[in-house]
Amino acid sequence: MKNYDIVIIGGGPAGLAAAISARESKIESILILERDRELGGILNQCIHNGFGLHTFQEELTGPEYADRFICQVEEKNIAYKLNTIVLDITSEKVITAMNREEGLFQTQAKAVILAMGCRERPRGALNIPGYRPAGIYSAGTAQRLVNMEGCLPGREVVILGSGDIGLIMARRLTLEGAKVQAVAELMPYSGGLKRNIVQCLNDYDIPLKLSHTVIDIQGKKRVEGVTLAAVDAQGKPIPGTEEHYACDTLLLSVGLIPENELSRGMGVELNSVTSGPKVDESLETSLEGVFACGNVLHVHDLVDFVSAESAAAGRNAAAYVKGELPGRASVKKLFLRHGEGVRYTVPETICPERMDEELTVRFRVSRVYQSCYISAYFDHERIRHKKRQIMAPGEMEDIKLTKEELLKYPDRKQITIMIEEG
Amino acid sequence: METKRLTCINCPLGCALTVEMEEGNILYIKGNSCKRGAVYAQKEVTNPVRTVTTTVAVKDGALPVVSVKTREPIPKEKIFDCIQELKRVRPAAPIHIGDVILADAAGTGVDVVATKQVLAP
Ligand SMILES: Cc1cc2nc3c(=O)[nH]c(=O)nc-3n(C[C@H](O)[C@H](O)[C@H](O)COP(=O)(O)OP(=O)(O)OC[C@H]3O[C@@H](n4cnc5c(N)ncnc54)[C@H](O)[C@@H]3O)c2cc1C
Ligand code: SF4
Repeated sequence: MKNYDIVIIGGGPAGLAAAISARESKIESILILERDRELGGILNQCIHNGFGLHTFQEELTGPEYADRFICQVEEKNIAYKLNTIVLDITSEKVITAMNREEGLFQTQAKAVILAMGCRERPRGALNIPGYRPAGIYSAGTAQRLVNMEGCLPGREVVILGSGDIGLIMARRLTLEGAKVQAVAELMPYSGGLKRNIVQCLNDYDIPLKLSHTVIDIQGKKRVEGVTLAAVDAQGKPIPGTEEHYACDTLLLSVGLIPENELSRGMGVELNSVTSGPKVDESLETSLEGVFACGNVLHVHDLVDFVSAESAAAGRNAAAYVKGELPGRASVKKLFLRHGEGVRYTVPETICPERMDEELTVRFRVSRVYQSCYISAYFDHERIRHKKRQIMAPGEMEDIKLTKEELLKYPDRKQITIMIEEG
Repeated sequence: METKRLTCINCPLGCALTVEMEEGNILYIKGNSCKRGAVYAQKEVTNPVRTVTTTVAVKDGALPVVSVKTREPIPKEKIFDCIQELKRVRPAAPIHIGDVILADAAGTGVDVVATKQVLAP
């Protein structure tokens, strides 16, 4: 069995950034395992622009953003294996993987970084009666088909779900010559960015039908049409509002969830809100020496934040391998609570002695807030009060805490992040 | 008089903007909660531009298609002309990021460049 200091599961933007920063922290023995035919993860199929504004101050496409990191991995001679799927990881950090050349093989790691990204919710989760004819795709699968394989999944299309992937695919299929008849959204608002509604739907006169859902799919072998209906406040279809659309393709864009089968299998504790591992300030999971970052930890909307978070995971894993990260049992632990208006926080606990001078706490708000404050309380004392003009559930927020202030009061136990009205 | 309705895309508030125009001149802009909305509306009604991203089939490549973009945003009404011209080109591998795939797309003066490396198989 081969040994490595750090093995990284997944070669998307999270895995790449973690590998680069671990190498910059002087770790020689690093291996990235990636099941796809190339590095870059989901970015390879996101050919639209809008990546990297924070990191590079320019708008790149997904493949260009990925390339900047892949080039660094090559320059730094970091080892990786493609077409290699990780099947199992034990709590002792023995990784079982498989590829064509080596068959089934095992590696022992001193530290593991989980960077498996997320996947789309399965369509079985959707409650649409009837047959399952050909021509029903998840939006991400269709995106991969068009942008990487050069195949058009259909000519007449209806899209259910108005998250960003659904919106981006509406434009993409239109440019490829398909007719996108409508985008239906169950909620009374779209979860996608305003920019995507304007530039992917309005620019091409594609109707966005809010508070609508698919109630029937026609066709046995191939989709022949779908029926949309308006829904009431409880999400129930309203009789008499049915509209029929003849189409050969239905795209489902119904959200992403972190891909944590491996994490669960090795015994990592998961957070029920994010579906990602519970982590501390070092992005270390409940298992010592196992770190997590990127979409496997919580679904991100901006890749720049994935890169920043993952660089921290790489640094911390390096410190762990070098024996520079104090054991959790030996130091004090603070709990981060999510108060009013905050759905979750990453991390969930903080050991001030283990943290960098400054720590970024990321979270999402539970609804749209205007002219409100992000506040942080250290026990009873308010230590942050940051004004925000507008916050929405679709955009990740953050707040920074310093080691100095958290070390100042050794008796305090809890930090609460909440939204307060003006 | 002509009325144009837009959604500002600069922040999640997404203000609904109304622009009154007369003979191509803006009379007033309403509905914006901040200055950025007015700047956006002015640009959108006078000269709306977009960066076009798509894919082009590759000859003899390790991958079937290469992703491309217009190096600069082009006028919105030229998007489909640009896409049509791209359907007629078929670059051969190897292709590197930044290689010009189509020069002066649809008479805009803007080149379409590769955004991905595609090597020979
Ligand atoms: C459709 C879409 C549009 C987006 N648009 C934007 C945008 O405009 N701007 C922006 O900034 N961000 C955007 N994002 C967000 C950003 O791209 C993601 O947050 C980012 O790619 C997440 O990186 P990751 O490395 O965590 O996950 P991924 O990119 O998903 O990478 C995970 C990798 O792990 C591999 N893997 C998983 N399981 C295994 C296993 N068992 N064995 C081996 N390998 C495995 C996968 O093959 C994959 O390559 C978008 C995301 C999507 C899905
Ligand atoms: S006008 Fe200002 S506040 Fe309104 S959406 Fe645009 S940027 Fe946001």
